[in-house]
Amino acid sequence: MNNTEKLKAQAISEIDSASDLSQLDLIRVDYLGKKGQLTQQLKQLGKLPSEERPQAGQIINVAKVAVQSAIDARKAVLEDERLKDIIDKGRLDVSLPGRGNHRAGLHPITLTLQRIESLFQKIGFDVVEGPEVEDDYHNFEALNIPEHHPARAMHDTFYFPDGRLLRTHTSSVQIRIMQNDEPPFRFIAPGRVYRCDSDMTHTPMFHQVEGLIVDETVTFADLKGMLVDFLEIFFEKELQIRFRPSYFPFTEPSAEVDIMGERGWLEVLGCGMVHPNVLKNVGVDPEKYTGLAFGMGVERLAMLYYGVDDLRMFFDNDLRFLKQFH
Amino acid sequence: MKFSEKWLREFVNPDVDTETLMHQLTMAGLEVDGIESACPDFDGLVIAEVKTVSKHPGADKLQICEVDCGDKDLLTIVCGAANVRQGMRTVLAKVGASLPGVDELKAVSLKGVTSSGMLCSAKEIGLTDDHDGIMDLSANETIGMHLSQAIESNDNIIEISLTPNRGDCLSITGVAREVAVFNQIDFSVPEVQINDINASTSRSVKLSAVKACPKYLGRVIENVDTAVKSPLWLSEKLRRSGIRSINIVVDITNFVMLECGQPMHAFDNDVLQGEIEVRLSKSGEKIKLLDESEIELKSDTLLITDESGPLAMAGVMGGFESAVTTSSQNIFVESAFFNPKHISGEARQYGLHTDSSHRFERGVDPELQSKAIERATELVIELCGGQAGPVVEALSDDELPKNTEVILRKSQIKRILGIELDDQFVTDTFTNLEMQCKYLNNQWSTVAPSHRFDINIEVDLIEELARIYSYDAIPVSAPSSKLKMRVPNKSYETIKRIREVLVNREYHEVITYSFIAPKLNNLLSHKNNLLLSNPIAPELSEMRTSLLPGLLSTLEYNIKRQQERIRIFETGLVFNNKEDLKQESYIAGLINGNIDDKQWDKENISCDFYDLKCDIESFLYSLIDAREIEMKPNTSNILHPGQAVDVYVKGINVGCFGQLHPKICADLDLPDNVYLFEFSIKNILKQEKTRYKPISKYPSIKRDISIVIDEKTLLGDVLKCAQNDGSELLTNLELFDVYQAEGIEKGKKSLALGLTFQATSSTLKDEEVEAIMDKVLDGLNNNFGAKLRE
Repeated sequence: MNNTEKLKAQAISEIDSASDLSQLDLIRVDYLGKKGQLTQQLKQLGKLPSEERPQAGQIINVAKVAVQSAIDARKAVLEDERLKDIIDKGRLDVSLPGRGNHRAGLHPITLTLQRIESLFQKIGFDVVEGPEVEDDYHNFEALNIPEHHPARAMHDTFYFPDGRLLRTHTSSVQIRIMQNDEPPFRFIAPGRVYRCDSDMTHTPMFHQVEGLIVDETVTFADLKGMLVDFLEIFFEKELQIRFRPSYFPFTEPSAEVDIMGERGWLEVLGCGMVHPNVLKNVGVDPEKYTGLAFGMGVERLAMLYYGVDDLRMFFDNDLRFLKQFH
Repeated sequence: MKFSEKWLREFVNPDVDTETLMHQLTMAGLEVDGIESACPDFDGLVIAEVKTVSKHPGADKLQICEVDCGDKDLLTIVCGAANVRQGMRTVLAKVGASLPGVDELKAVSLKGVTSSGMLCSAKEIGLTDDHDGIMDLSANETIGMHLSQAIESNDNIIEISLTPNRGDCLSITGVAREVAVFNQIDFSVPEVQINDINASTSRSVKLSAVKACPKYLGRVIENVDTAVKSPLWLSEKLRRSGIRSINIVVDITNFVMLECGQPMHAFDNDVLQGEIEVRLSKSGEKIKLLDESEIELKSDTLLITDESGPLAMAGVMGGFESAVTTSSQNIFVESAFFNPKHISGEARQYGLHTDSSHRFERGVDPELQSKAIERATELVIELCGGQAGPVVEALSDDELPKNTEVILRKSQIKRILGIELDDQFVTDTFTNLEMQCKYLNNQWSTVAPSHRFDINIEVDLIEELARIYSYDAIPVSAPSSKLKMRVPNKSYETIKRIREVLVNREYHEVITYSFIAPKLNNLLSHKNNLLLSNPIAPELSEMRTSLLPGLLSTLEYNIKRQQERIRIFETGLVFNNKEDLKQESYIAGLINGNIDDKQWDKENISCDFYDLKCDIESFLYSLIDAREIEMKPNTSNILHPGQAVDVYVKGINVGCFGQLHPKICADLDLPDNVYLFEFSIKNILKQEKTRYKPISKYPSIKRDISIVIDEKTLLGDVLKCAQNDGSELLTNLELFDVYQAEGIEKGKKSLALGLTFQATSSTLKDEEVEAIMDKVLDGLNNNFGAKLRE
C-alpha cells in the first residue's frame, strides 16, 4: 500500500523537523491518535478483501511502529535539548563567594585550653576554677613557699595594698579544692595568672593549666606516662621528651619536661609528686595518699602548636591574627 | 652561675666531651642555660713589657714605646693610651696578629714613626668592655708568652641555672661534686694549708644577733701590697664567671667564693675602730654601701659594725668607707655564716641582690668558714705578701644549722617513684653524696653533709635517688584510680555554650588584660575599684570591674588597623570591691560596622540595635526559656538612653545591652554605631531541662490584623496584652510589619500581627476564634487605644 509508505515518510519528515515537545505531540496525535491518519488506515482495513488484510495490516503496523520510534527518538533529542537549555541558562560563576557571613573563631588560647581540657577530661579529670585575686596563704604559704623563701623572688608578684595578690600560678586552686573535699582528687585548673614582668618573652598576664591527682597508688612513673601521652597527643606526633630534675617547693621529686624542637630542647611543663607538706596543709594524710601534679604555660604550648613567634600577639587581639584560628 | 669549663676540669675531669658534660649537668638538675667560647679568636698576641716611653714628636696624644716581647730586639710601638708607662706589662699584638675586627695587623706609620704592632686594651682583644687603657698586667706575667697560653683561651664558659634548693652548687667545688657523683669518679679541691701566724694584730668580734649570725671568723693581715695587679689566671677565672676584676684583695675574696662557695669580705683594717660587732640595726641608722648608694636602714637589718657605726650590710654588701683600696696596707678578712632566712628577707627589702646575698639566701655550708679564710689568706700572702694575724672566731654553736637523721623506708621508694631500686645502689648513692648512711631493717638512716640544706625529710632522699638513677631511666606507667562520675560545672558549660553561639554568629573571641587604665574603668563602670600596689604601668593598674573597657580598647586598636566590621566578645572575671571583693564571671561583646561582610549582590548597611538584639536572644534562648526572660528599658549612663535594655531572668537583673552612649563615643573618639552587651554568667546558667509540649493534632486557624496605635507604645506591652486575652488557645503571636508613613496619622504607627489559634483537644470553630479575636481587639483598644487599620 503505497499510501501507507507515503504517510510514514511524511510523518517521519514532520517528526524530524518538530522543534519542541508540544509540536511533536501534535504530530503524534495527527498520525497515531485515535483519529490519526495511520490509525484511520488501520480502521479501514475491513474494506479490503480478506486475503489482503493481513499483509496490509502488517504494513500499517510496521509504519506505526516506525513512526512511534521516530517520535521517541525525536522526543529524546528534544528532551536533551530542553535540559541543555535549562542548564545553560542556569550556568553561574560558582567561584563567586557564598552569600552571607562565616563563622568567627575562638581565641587561640581558648582553643589550646579546650584541647588540653578535653584530653584530660577523657581520663576522668574535672575542670575546676578558682579566684584570680588570691591571698598569700593559698598562693604561697600552703604550697610550701614560706615568706622568705627564695622561690618567691622568682614569682614577681603583683600585690594589692591590703596584702592580697594576683595569683602567680593556678596551683593556688589545688589548695582550695583539696581543702573543701576528700580524696581521691583528679582535676585540672586552667586560668589566668599574673607576673610583674613584661618584655619580648613575658606578658604580665598569661594562662596556666595546673593538674593534680591525689590517690592511693599514684607514682612518679604514672606522672611520666601520663605526660608523655599528653604531649604526644597534643602535638600530634611522636616526640623526643626528657624529664629533668628541677625544683618547686610544692612537689618532690620535681621535674621539668622538655621536648626536642627544631633548635634544641624546649621546656614545656613542670611537674612532680605533691610535697607531703602540701598534703598535710590540706588535711590529706601523706602516709595514705600520694599525689602527682603538673603545670603548663598555655601560651607556650599554643606558640609551639600554631607556630606563633611573638607572645604579645595573643593579647593585641588584632583581628587579622584572630581570624586565622578556628 | 657561669664558670670556666677548664676550671671545673681542674677539680674533676671525667672522660667525657663538653656536650656530654653539659647533658650530665642538666640531667643532674643543674640546667645548662648556655655555653660560649671563653675568648674570641685571636692570634699573635704576646705578653710584653714596656721598656721606655717617650713623647711622639709629631702628635700630642701619641707615645713612642720600646717594647720587650721576648724577641731578640725591642719593638717600637706607637701607643695612644693614657695609661701606658715604663715597666708596665701588657699585651702586644705583633705584626701579622689577628684579633676581633682585624684579620692581619700591619705595621703602620703614625706621623712618621712606624709602629710594629699594637698594645691592646681588653676590649680590643674582646675580653671585656674595658677600653680605659691598654691592659695593665701583673709584673709576674711571663714576657713573650702567648696570651692564648697565658689565659688558656681554649676554654668554654658554661652557664647553669640553679634552682633555689641547690645553693651548694654555687661554686666550682659544688658543681665538681655533682659531676664526680654522676661519673662515679673522685674530685679534688685545692688543699688548704693552715697559714703561719706572723703578726699579732687581731680584732675581737662580738655576736649580738646570734640567730642571724651564729658564726663569724675574722683575721687581720698586715703589710699587704694591695696595689699589685691580679694575675691573669685569677682575673680570667673571675671574668669567665661574670665577675669584674676590682683589685687584688677583692678579686681574691671573689675567687674563694667561686671556688668553694663562701662569700667573703675584706675591710681596710686601718679604717676600723675597736671591736667588730655583728648586730641588728636600729631604725634610722645610715650606711653608704660599696656601690656608693646611701641607705637609711630599717630596724633589724643585720650589720657588721665597729665602734664608729655600721661597716657593712652583713652578707649583702660591704660599706664604702671601709672598703679595701689599692692604697690599703692592712686588711681585715671576714668569713661568716649568716642565716639564710635573715639574708633573704633583707636583701629583697632593700632591693639588693648580690653574689654574696644570692649564696647566703640559699645556704652556705656552715663548716666552710675556716677553710675559706685560710684559703684567702694563703692567696693574699702569695700574691700580695703580708703577715697573717690569728683567726678570731666568734661562735654560737647552738644556732648553727645541723643536719639531723633522716630515715628512708625501703617501701617508700616504690610508693613514690613506682620502681624498686637495688639496695646497693641506694647505699652507694647516699655515700657518694657524702651522706652518713646505715642500712638496717629495710631502712636507711642518713645524715646529709653540711653543705646540703635541702635534705630534711624522707622524700628529699627519694628525690636524690631518682636524680642520680636518672629521671629518664624511670619507666612510664598509667595512673589508676577509682572512677567516679561528677556533676558538670554549670558555669563552665554555660560559658562554653555562649562561646559556641557567639562564634557561630561571627563574634571573634578576644582576651584582654584583667588590669586596665583607671580612667577607662571610671568612664564605664562603678567605682568600687581595686588598685595594684606595683603595676607595670599606670594604664595597667586597676582591676577591671567590667569587660567593656577591654573590648572598647580592642575595638579602637582594630579600627586603627583599618578593620571595618568588628564583632568581638570576651569572657572572664571582673572584680568588684564593694564591701567584700567579688570575683565573678562575665561575658561581654560588641559589634561595629556593617551587618554583613562585604557582599557582591547585597546592599551593605550598618548594623544596629536589632542586629545585636538577635545575637543576645540567640544565646539567651539557648540557655533559658524565653518566657522567663524579661527585657526592660535601661537607664545606665553607658548606653544610649533610647537604645538600652536591661535583661531580667526571674526578676533578677542579669545584664544589659544596647548602643554605646554617644557621649562615651565622643570621649573615646569611637565611631557612633557601637553596640554592646554584658551579662553575669552566674545569673544566666544553662537550664538543663526542656519540658516537652504535645503537638496538637487539630488544625490551626490564622488571623492577621493591622492595628494603629500611638508610636510610643512598646510592642512588648501590646503582645503581652494580646497574649493574655488570647488565652492558651493563642498558640503563636508574631509581628510581621511595622509601618509609619503615608496613610498613618502622625504620632501613630501601624503594627501587623499574625495570630494563630489552636486547641489541643478539638478542632476550633470560626465562631470561637471570632470571639477571642474580639476580646483581643477590645483589650488592645482599652489599653492602648488601638484601632483596626482601615
